[in-house]
Amino acid sequence: MSIQKAPINFAHRHLLKIRDLTAPDVVTLLDLAEEYVAQNRQVNKKTDLLRGRTLINLFFEPSTRTQSSFELAGKRLGADTVNMSVRSSSVNKGETLIDTATTLNAMRPDMLVIRHGASGAPQLLAQKMDCSVINAGDGTNEHPSQALLDALTIRRHVGSFEGLTVAICGDITHGRVAKSNIYLLSMMGARVRLIAPPTLLPPAADRLGVEIFHDMKKGLEGVDVIMMLRLQMERMEGTYLPSTREYFQFYGLDHEKLSYAKPGALVMHPGPMNRGVEIDSRVADDPDVSLIHEQVEMGVAMRMAILDAVSRYRPNDPERKNQGSTA
Amino acid sequence: MTVTALTNARLMDPASGLDEQGRLIIEGARIAAIEPGQGTDGLGEITQIIDCGRHVLSPGLIDMRVFTGEPGAEQKETLGSASEAAAAGGVTTIVVMPNTDPVIDDVALVDFINRRARDTTIVKVRPMAAITKGLEGQKMTEIGLLSQAGAVAFTDGDRPVADSLVMRRALTYAANFGALICQHAEDLSLSSGGVMNEGEYALRLGLTGMPEEAESIMVERDLALVALTGGRYHLAQVSSQKSLAAIARAKDADLNVTCSVSAHHLTLNEMDVADYRTFAKVRPPLRSEETRQALGTGVASGLIDCITSSHRPQAPEDKRLPFAEAADGTVGLETLLPASLQLVHEDQADLQSVLRALTQRPAEILGMETGRLKVGAPADLAVIDLGFPFKLDPATLRSRSRNTAFEGRVMQGRVVRTMVNGATVFEAATD
Repeated sequence: MSIQKAPINFAHRHLLKIRDLTAPDVVTLLDLAEEYVAQNRQVNKKTDLLRGRTLINLFFEPSTRTQSSFELAGKRLGADTVNMSVRSSSVNKGETLIDTATTLNAMRPDMLVIRHGASGAPQLLAQKMDCSVINAGDGTNEHPSQALLDALTIRRHVGSFEGLTVAICGDITHGRVAKSNIYLLSMMGARVRLIAPPTLLPPAADRLGVEIFHDMKKGLEGVDVIMMLRLQMERMEGTYLPSTREYFQFYGLDHEKLSYAKPGALVMHPGPMNRGVEIDSRVADDPDVSLIHEQVEMGVAMRMAILDAVSRYRPNDPERKNQGSTA
Repeated sequence: MTVTALTNARLMDPASGLDEQGRLIIEGARIAAIEPGQGTDGLGEITQIIDCGRHVLSPGLIDMRVFTGEPGAEQKETLGSASEAAAAGGVTTIVVMPNTDPVIDDVALVDFINRRARDTTIVKVRPMAAITKGLEGQKMTEIGLLSQAGAVAFTDGDRPVADSLVMRRALTYAANFGALICQHAEDLSLSSGGVMNEGEYALRLGLTGMPEEAESIMVERDLALVALTGGRYHLAQVSSQKSLAAIARAKDADLNVTCSVSAHHLTLNEMDVADYRTFAKVRPPLRSEETRQALGTGVASGLIDCITSSHRPQAPEDKRLPFAEAADGTVGLETLLPASLQLVHEDQADLQSVLRALTQRPAEILGMETGRLKVGAPADLAVIDLGFPFKLDPATLRSRSRNTAFEGRVMQGRVVRTMVNGATVFEAATD
């Protein structure tokens, strides 16, 4: 496979949050990801673009799909990929995050993908490490790669974000997927609505430049894309919400509620789904409306694009500054 | 269709301010005409004429706070026996509390109450459902589904929602459905061990008191949460001057806040505990005379929206105990009206204000179409003999429990006739 890449315009060493990006940055990443979608559909999915580079996946919260998505992305680009999860790391032995960072730094990785329960943890690591840091979800702050893969999925179906109305429905308190999507979609010219019971909306959510609806049917009127969010299990037991039964009745996406959206509206979900809680199986499994499996496919391509893009940022290398990399 | 004419009546409707002699026509279950100034001339096709004897004809009373024993303690009171007592007291709608066994915290139990009400009662029964599962103050009930099933509001009854975060979430969540949160305000740590009002009388009786602040601190907290969440809040029983001041501030700030007072807090004070009369042991406790008068002024001014009976049947074995060990509560459905009328007879409040707190305001707060004399509204009516004097004999009560704080009290005013949906459900014996 060709390892000669055209130059791109993307001057970021890290991907910490959507708010660091500009609209042209996003377009660059989406365009790059399109190439990897094609590559991933071939028999030989592997290149040696990142040969010799080391990628560490550092996950402080359990994750199956995001971690394996980044792992596959790294491997398909030819990087040496190491997965570290909290269970097998020395974090359990009382090491601070900064100690972990300096230890890992001494191993001279080129890219670090981190998921952490504390908002701002990737920023802290980025200050302490010499490699690229990619945020795979931090606390209730951001989950930029999810928003980018969602954007890629939408763009492939709808073409443009301009004038698009996207509803994000469900547990917004957890927030990071919703917030990254709000920032990205708003930046690209889409209108964003949040639909949730008031207890699942963070205070001051209306300050994010979105329209807020508590009535799902009203909120879905005229919507082009519906992003369902996973309801965290601990929310269901009467503290934020009385029951899954009541939640499904008022906020679960079934065909009846879907009929209030624009005809042909598309349904997305970052997974894993709680069937019968936030989404009815008949909607989730309806190939005419559901993009849920496609999102997973786009996830790998998008993460390859992210790794590719940040790995090109080598300001101290006069030969390679902002140039296409030649391995 | 049955057509009934109620003639020779003093038509009183707080909602419209009507107070005139005249007649009222009922067709079927609804009010068909209200005709001030009319006697018996020119009546059309009439099935029945009822002469009201110049007595007051008012909308039927709506009692927002009634405990029964059904399900779980039917020996104290059933929905049926409570409805008999209500009818005798001119009360045409009772709102029952969820403090039963099992607790009304599930759609199936709201259905149960509605079914039993349909089959066994002679007045209208509307349930309030619990705010928290099992009244435990921790986990919210299915406020949306329970509202759809017919719960008119949400309350933990005689228990406060103590946890501030739970209260915040409940107010926030309920607001989404326009549901009303009805709170018994009591800081349980401050009232701990208390059995009557704190002060000189508690000291002289050697009983542990609880201060009015045990209520007002919780009210102040709740009102701050209402301001934060935009929720709908109803204070179930106000019994403190400081709470009243807080409610007044909240209303001035246009918060969605209302409150009720129990008839016994309007008419009795801490001295009625006298020699350890356990029938006068209620929660919140009977307060000082100064507070009692302030509550009456609150009804007169409309600051207090509703008067309730806080009807709480208790079996003799739970009341015939040393004061500190006795159960709380008094029955009140049959004394709600005469006790409230004490304010009128003592010139503390005018009759319209008192009737408004018993009819129009609870109907408005709970979204009912009753509580007013209005053409097209259900014919839920009470004919009231304002001046009728009597001494309350507990043996005459229809309630299954006779633990009344008004035992032996000389009262004035009684219900002559009660009608629900145009049908007479109670008629006083003529003597």
